[in-house]
Amino acid sequence: MQINPIEQFEIHDMVPMIDMGGHQIAFTNSALFMLIIVFLVSTLLIGATAPRAVVPGRLQSIAEISYEFVANTIRASAGNEGMKFFPFVFTLFMFVLFANIIGLIPYSFTVTSQLIVTAALALTVFFLVLGYGFWKHGLRFFKLFVPAGVPKPFLLLIVPIEILSFLSRPVSHSVRLFANMLAGHITLQVFAGFIIMLAGFGVLGWFGAALPFVLVMALTALELLVAFLQAYVFAILTCIYLNDAIHPGH
Amino acid sequence: MSDAREDGDHGKAHTDEAALSARLQRLGEGLARQRADETSPRQDRAATASGYAKGFRLSSELVAGVVVGAGLGWLADRWLGIAPWGLIVFVLLGFTAGVLNVMRSAGVVAGGGIEDGLRKDREG
Repeated sequence: MQINPIEQFEIHDMVPMIDMGGHQIAFTNSALFMLIIVFLVSTLLIGATAPRAVVPGRLQSIAEISYEFVANTIRASAGNEGMKFFPFVFTLFMFVLFANIIGLIPYSFTVTSQLIVTAALALTVFFLVLGYGFWKHGLRFFKLFVPAGVPKPFLLLIVPIEILSFLSRPVSHSVRLFANMLAGHITLQVFAGFIIMLAGFGVLGWFGAALPFVLVMALTALELLVAFLQAYVFAILTCIYLNDAIHPGH
Repeated sequence: MSDAREDGDHGKAHTDEAALSARLQRLGEGLARQRADETSPRQDRAATASGYAKGFRLSSELVAGVVVGAGLGWLADRWLGIAPWGLIVFVLLGFTAGVLNVMRSAGVVAGGGIEDGLRKDREG
């Protein structure tokens, strides 16, 4: 039996292509899962906060905990001024978190395992930092590239390095999330494939299959942790980058 | 307070209030201690959750620097027709930027690293 560990990342058209201004636009499984994520997050948060109870119920607790968690993250890394960006960061965090967790359900599609999705998210952050930085500070935003207390001759070398370091942010920001998800899901699929292959060898194979089965269980737990951790890292990096836009020259 | 000493009833109310506020304060302190106990190991666990995650983070920083440097160098070569100097200079610069990224996110040098953010997070 042949199992292709890459097959799970394939994108299928669900609705026939529509020609829109010379571009082929199709409704894919990726788009479907993004809609599901947005629907779930909205329903959870709107439904959970609807009772507005002073003593929160279970769902409302979830909503309140996630609010406080993101709010604390922003305050810790971008200060109180960073709370301006709370809706943005919260949306990003919930989207990535739900995308990662829903991806763990068998037969589902992991939106964040597509580089184009994570790159779009990271580029949004990147251009927001640029736009807000220039809008708020004008040309003083360039102080970001000039570290304080460096002798003048060294600046010739330091400034290009800092600029390149700044430009490389969206790359590492997006690749980290994408690669973690991709690698995790391929590993899971490969080990799950071992179970099926070993089980095909008869009774002795069933005992052999127990080993990868235990491994898959452990890996699923690890992937759950990674799913949360990567969403958190994505949010905290967003905050750190936004902090540069709010206070350049630090 | 001086009023309370003159009037017995008032005094009693005051001591009750004082006792209550003292208890509230004790409760608050206890809660704060409990929370500190609860949060610090959890965040430590998140920070050192797996060496795998950390290694991944640092390597992606380095690779991102080099890749962006190479990309810019290639573009410079194409647009300005200065091959191969654009690639040579920008890959070297990109490598340096990558190393800077790694040192930053590992918290070796100052600057917005993840560790930096986590540390701030932990300190409150």
